[in-house]
Amino acid sequence: MIRKVRQHISQNEALLFEETSPGKAGYQLPELDVPSVDPQAALGAPNVRVEIEGFPEVSEVEAIRHFTRLSTWNYAIDLGLYPLGSCTMKYNPRVNEFVARLDGLAWAHPYQPESLSQGALEIIAELESALLEITGMDAITLQPAAGAHGEFTGILLVRAYLESQGNPRKKILVPDSAHGTNPATASMAGYSVQNIKSNAKGMMDVSSLARLLDEDTNNEIAALMVTNPSTLGIFEEDIAKVAEILHAKGAMLYMDGANMNALVGLTRPGDFGVDVMHLNLHKTFSTPHGGGGPGGGPVAVKKHLEPFLPIPRLKRVNEAWTFDYKFPQSIGRVRAFYGNFGVLVRALAYILAHGGNGLKNATIDALMNANYIRRKLEPYYDLPYDSPSMHEVVFSDDRQSKQGVRTGDLAKRLIDYGFHPYTVSFPTIVHGAIMIEPTETESKRELDLFIDAMISIAKEIEKDPKFVLQAPYLTRTSRVDEVTAARRPIVRWRPQRTSSQAAD
Amino acid sequence: MRYLPKSDSERKEMLAACGIETAEELYAHLPAEARLNRPLDLAPGISEYEIIDFFKARAAETADGYASFLGAGVYRHYRPVLIDTIVSRGEFLTSYTPYQAEIAQGTLTAIFEFQTMICQLTGMDVANASMYDGSTAVPEAAMMALRVTGRNRVLVSRVVHPEYRQVLTTYAKHQGMPVAEFGYDAETGQIDLKDLERKLDDDTAAVIIQSPNFFGVIENVQAAADLAHRRGALLIFVFAEAVSLGILEPPRDADIVAGELQSFAISPSFGGPYAGIIASKEKFLRQLPGRLVGETLDSNGNRAFCLTLSTREQHIRREKATSNICTNQALIALMATVFMTVYGKAGLRELATQNLSKAHYLSSKVKPRFTGPFFNEFVTTAKSAPEEINQTLLARKIIGGLPLGTHYPELADSLLLCATEMTRRADMDTLAEALK
Ligand SMILES: Cc1ncc(COP(=O)(O)O)c(C=O)c1O
Repeated sequence: MIRKVRQHISQNEALLFEETSPGKAGYQLPELDVPSVDPQAALGAPNVRVEIEGFPEVSEVEAIRHFTRLSTWNYAIDLGLYPLGSCTMKYNPRVNEFVARLDGLAWAHPYQPESLSQGALEIIAELESALLEITGMDAITLQPAAGAHGEFTGILLVRAYLESQGNPRKKILVPDSAHGTNPATASMAGYSVQNIKSNAKGMMDVSSLARLLDEDTNNEIAALMVTNPSTLGIFEEDIAKVAEILHAKGAMLYMDGANMNALVGLTRPGDFGVDVMHLNLHKTFSTPHGGGGPGGGPVAVKKHLEPFLPIPRLKRVNEAWTFDYKFPQSIGRVRAFYGNFGVLVRALAYILAHGGNGLKNATIDALMNANYIRRKLEPYYDLPYDSPSMHEVVFSDDRQSKQGVRTGDLAKRLIDYGFHPYTVSFPTIVHGAIMIEPTETESKRELDLFIDAMISIAKEIEKDPKFVLQAPYLTRTSRVDEVTAARRPIVRWRPQRTSSQAAD
Repeated sequence: MRYLPKSDSERKEMLAACGIETAEELYAHLPAEARLNRPLDLAPGISEYEIIDFFKARAAETADGYASFLGAGVYRHYRPVLIDTIVSRGEFLTSYTPYQAEIAQGTLTAIFEFQTMICQLTGMDVANASMYDGSTAVPEAAMMALRVTGRNRVLVSRVVHPEYRQVLTTYAKHQGMPVAEFGYDAETGQIDLKDLERKLDDDTAAVIIQSPNFFGVIENVQAAADLAHRRGALLIFVFAEAVSLGILEPPRDADIVAGELQSFAISPSFGGPYAGIIASKEKFLRQLPGRLVGETLDSNGNRAFCLTLSTREQHIRREKATSNICTNQALIALMATVFMTVYGKAGLRELATQNLSKAHYLSSKVKPRFTGPFFNEFVTTAKSAPEEINQTLLARKIIGGLPLGTHYPELADSLLLCATEMTRRADMDTLAEALK
């Protein structure tokens, strides 16, 4: 058992609360240029707190060491391939971070006069128009804060539109390969969810969809939420037909654009019948995931849904940008202010860097990387669907699980080879899914090392499956007991009570 | 292209390995009718230098260099350099949601510390890993109250941030969640307890108040809680100015707290990204929306952290999840965590006291309209149209307060003024002069 990494002080950093000692501080405020006010006098004694019990007290040096040490316990794109399927973990260009922090943008207050916000509004306008060109849609809102928030906005748009037609309807269809946010969204927007089965090609079954809609004599189906390419990395070849079937019954086609990295420059949702879709700026457009956000979830729509978009909307009047609030049919606001503006800045910087052809070339490299991995790993792992792969490939652990090693175990062993695992156990229609999305920003060398690692693990499983089950061996933290965490939740630090305190 | 790490000969080699000759064959299976048969109509790619030039030009077309008295949910607080130093580390910046705990202990430990500090700050028992922002945390808290109480209706104070209320309305509309508003006292600027009492009924799941409220006035949380609890409703406490919690009594009487952390060293950035939070009493833990980090052990018996109670969440529960939220605002929550660490127990109190002092200096020259106690913001009535006063101030490179007429027609003659530790005395004097 290799334990040496544990001995370093940087690997044993305590929690802030355990490093605290009274009187230490990491700040200094300037002298007040006005008289100091006594809080009790100004606020009334009952409104003033005694102290923030347990709050940290550390110096600046300890603060930077603390967080720097913590940071070294993370894997990151900057360290290597991060093939989490569906997450599009691509390189995050640093110039984007730089421009988002320019004072005029970073310190812009959302309520400052529009005459003094033209630069910020111009950025929003440029991004809107670029995203419309990329998606082939007619109108867009940049207000939603992430993909799921975009879904919610999009489904509310569907609802508002159908309502204006006299009937909001009752149901949203969701393929069995869908991400969990899709059904969760439908239910938040007041719809029930009906799952539909994929066919042997890993695609939606058009004839059973047609039957479903035929049988829907009461017009209960409001929309179909489809991810394209699907979470299997497969393009829905009959998507235009699917749109036609829905439209014939007055239902809408919603596209979850999480996988847009497979399509940019090659095909546009607006050209294959999509009525409404969201994008994930933190996937396709390279804004950093930051350990789980912030994101950006713009929602693009066709003309008929435009009157319902959230307010405010940007408008050009007398050579200047202004926010327009006068849309009586709007669903309202989905978020305060204008969305995650700092994320929008980064996404635009990314688009400007690539340009039109550059974006298409990036897409092609993403497809190539996924297909290269598919070819090289096919002899070792089962491929449940042999339809062409777009930007990601989904294997199953069928062969390995016969040896008692499942996708989650295999993933842990991959960590020992220096890589972040692929997405585990999703999509759920694949038994033991191994979902790999390399993205375009990986070199051939990095891909080859990953492929070697996957092959080597497949061989280890043949020889000694038990060994793989205990992985990872080479990390600071060995396998984490998630079951106990959920059974006895400890979700905050509390001071240790000595036994004498505990007694009273 | 500098972001694509492959030479053309490597590409050829890889295509050959895939058994194809040209890149086009990678997408030859796309149906013809779906293909884009022209280049995207976007300008050619540009260099890093040109990108910086473009954004510098845009940044110059904004209010850079102006003094400002705007608050109203977005506050100008000093950002210690350490914040960006830490969040710019690739290990934090370029990692995903910490699904693989063994190689994400950095993010997980920091979130655990964040959850703890939010509890300490708010007086609640548990807190989640973050929400999108304050405005979306409010409807999520309301939906949580519906689940807890089995009731349907929520009552929201008119002095909760107007945009938060608008977001609440959007969310509520399709959930069968009627939202009613209750008023404020025209003298104190605090909620009208009588109006609240009148409007409470046995189907009310929650009463939502904000403190300091949108007028900057500190509410009587206990009185609101007593009224709500007497009718079996929960009290949801909302905060938009987190620095106030450095000095104000935490909302111990509330059941759920929904807040915005922008004040904790998060750039105003024209409205986002910020970070929201939801915290609550322990007994509502399983009704919390969003990610939660919990403590456990690794197989060697060392303390470790992981995402937990995920059976509340969309990827497990799908349509029965407590919320659809997936990606949240982790990196922004980390900014707030570093901020809370740098200032710490004494610093946050001193910072809050400085804010209090600046705003009270301003109020010694500009009369507040309401009599209720305030933190770093207050409403004042102007002698002429607020918009005109603001216009004259702009000539002196000062952005005045927020005119209130849009959201409160009865206050069309009033402005909301904010002073933080960054507000200079000289600018306050100039403002006071203009408001005379
Ligand atoms: C297919 C799919 N849909 C939706 C989402 C949700 O997006 P977000 O995490 O930005 O809310 C994701 C991302 O995890 C996804 O992969």
